[in-house]
Amino acid sequence: MTIKRKAYIAGVFEHPTRKADDKSLAQLHAEAASGALADAGLSRADVDGYFCAGDAPGLGGLSMADYMGLQLRHIDTTETGGSSYVIHVGHAAEAIAAGKCNVALITLAGRPRAEGMATGTAPRSYGAAAPDVAFEFPYGPTVVNQYAMAAMRHMHQYGTTSAQLAWIKVAASQHAQHNPHALLREVVTVEEVLQSPIIADPLHRLDCCVITDGGGAIVVTRPEIARSLARPLVPVLGAGEAVKHQAGGRIDLTYTGAVRSGPAAFAEAGVAPADVKYVSIYDSFTITVLITLEDLGFAPKGQGGKLVADGNLVSGVGRLPFNTDGGGLCNNHPANRGGLTKVVEAVRQLRGEAHPRVQVKNCDVALAHGTGGSLATRHGSATVIIGRE
Amino acid sequence: MAGTERTIPGPPVNPETQAFWDAAGRGTLLLKRCIACSERHHYPRASCPFCGSDRTEWTEASGRGTIYSYSVFRRAPVPYAIAYVTLAEGPTMMTNIVDCDLDAIRIGQVVRLTFKPTEGGPPVPMFSPA
Repeated sequence: MTIKRKAYIAGVFEHPTRKADDKSLAQLHAEAASGALADAGLSRADVDGYFCAGDAPGLGGLSMADYMGLQLRHIDTTETGGSSYVIHVGHAAEAIAAGKCNVALITLAGRPRAEGMATGTAPRSYGAAAPDVAFEFPYGPTVVNQYAMAAMRHMHQYGTTSAQLAWIKVAASQHAQHNPHALLREVVTVEEVLQSPIIADPLHRLDCCVITDGGGAIVVTRPEIARSLARPLVPVLGAGEAVKHQAGGRIDLTYTGAVRSGPAAFAEAGVAPADVKYVSIYDSFTITVLITLEDLGFAPKGQGGKLVADGNLVSGVGRLPFNTDGGGLCNNHPANRGGLTKVVEAVRQLRGEAHPRVQVKNCDVALAHGTGGSLATRHGSATVIIGRE
Repeated sequence: MAGTERTIPGPPVNPETQAFWDAAGRGTLLLKRCIACSERHHYPRASCPFCGSDRTEWTEASGRGTIYSYSVFRRAPVPYAIAYVTLAEGPTMMTNIVDCDLDAIRIGQVVRLTFKPTEGGPPVPMFSPA
C-alpha cells in the first residue's frame, strides 16, 4: 500500500509568539490547533484523528483531547523528539488511506524560554531507568557537545570546514530578514559566525539554533475533503522514517537515519533529489543540515561542505533553497523541536505563500526532514515529500 | 590539567549492570560478549543487540583505545572533553578525555583507561593520552 496522493495537507499554522510568559502549555497547543483548522477552513468538530508527542502535557494525547474537546477515533503519540511531527504527517496519511480517520490534527507547543530551560548546554538525563544513562550522563553529554562530536568527525574524515558550516547560518539569516516573526532577523556573515564564541569545539554560538516558545499545527485530510476546501491542494507524495542508534557500540557519526528515511520517501513519491525545488531541513545546528543533505542524496557523502557554501542554500541565489522562514537557526525552534515548522514552511512554498523575497518559482515538489534526539547517540529521522495540484 | 575538577554525577546502578560497576570499583573495565555470536557490545546488556541471544558473558577489556571523536565543552564552568573512544576489542564508548591539555586532544590519538570518582556512585571509566 502507498500513501501517495491519498492524503492532503489542508491547514498549517506557526504560532507567532517566541516567548509565551502569559500562556499555558495546553493553551499554546490549542491555539496552534485553532490556527491550522482555521487555515484549512475546518473546525475542532471535524477532527477525528489526533497526533502529538512528548511536548504535550499530562497524558499527552489523552490530556489534549480532553482539553480541546476532541471526539477521536484515531490517536498516535509517536515520540521521536523533534522529528515526531514529520513522522506524524506520514502516519496521518497512512491512517487516512486506511480509513481510520478523515481529519488528522497534529500539534506541537512548548515554552522553554519562559521556563528558563538550559536547552543545549546542560547535560540532559531521561531518567535513571534509561538503559544508556549510566554510560553517558556522567560524561556530561549536552545537546551541543554531542552534535559537536559529529561535526568534529566529519571535519576529520572529509575535510569539512567551519566556514562551510557557517554558510548554512548565513543562508538562514538571509531568509530570516524577511520574516517579521523570526527571533533573529539580522543578516550575518561567515566571518561573524566564525568570530562568535565556541560553545563546544568546533561549534560556535551561531552554529546553534535559537530557543523559542510557541508551537504549530498541521491538518491532514482525505482527498475529497481537501478538494471541498478553499485552500491550494498539497498532496502527501511520500514519507519515510528511520531510527539510528549506537548499534551496540559500532559508532559512526558521519551519517544519520536520513540514509534510510530519505530513499523510502523518494521511492514512494516517485521523484529524485533533482526534482525537489525546495527543502526544509532540520537545523538544530549547522552540522545537522550538512550531514542530512548528504544523506538525502543532494551531495555525495563528504561533499556537503561544497553544496552548502557560497550561498547555494539562499533562495533566488543558490541551486537548493532551504529553510526560507529562517529555520531553527534564526526563526523559531518551538519547544526545542523543529520538525513541525519544517513542514509548515514547505507547505507555504508549495502554496506560493512564502515571503515574496524568498518564494521559490514554480515550486511543485518540496521536501521536509526532521531529526529528533541526538546525532551522536540515538535519533529518529523522518522525511516527507509533498507536492501541489 | 583541566577536566578533572568537574563534579561527576554517579551512574545509576541496576541489577543488569551491577557487575560492571563492581568491576569499575576494582579498576577494571568490563565488556559484554555474546556467547552465541561472539560479538562484543557496549553499553552492556543482558541480551545481545546484534543477534538477540540472552547468553552473554562479561569479559575484561585491555583498556587500550583510540579517540574516534571528541569535543571540548568551552561553555562549562570547568571545560571538559567528551569523546567516543574505540576500544582495542572493537566497541566504541562515550567517555571523557582527562588529565591532559584539552587543546592537544586529537582524533586518532591512542589513549589508556583510567577511573575517576563520582558523586554518590562507583567510579567511571575515562581515558587519558597513552
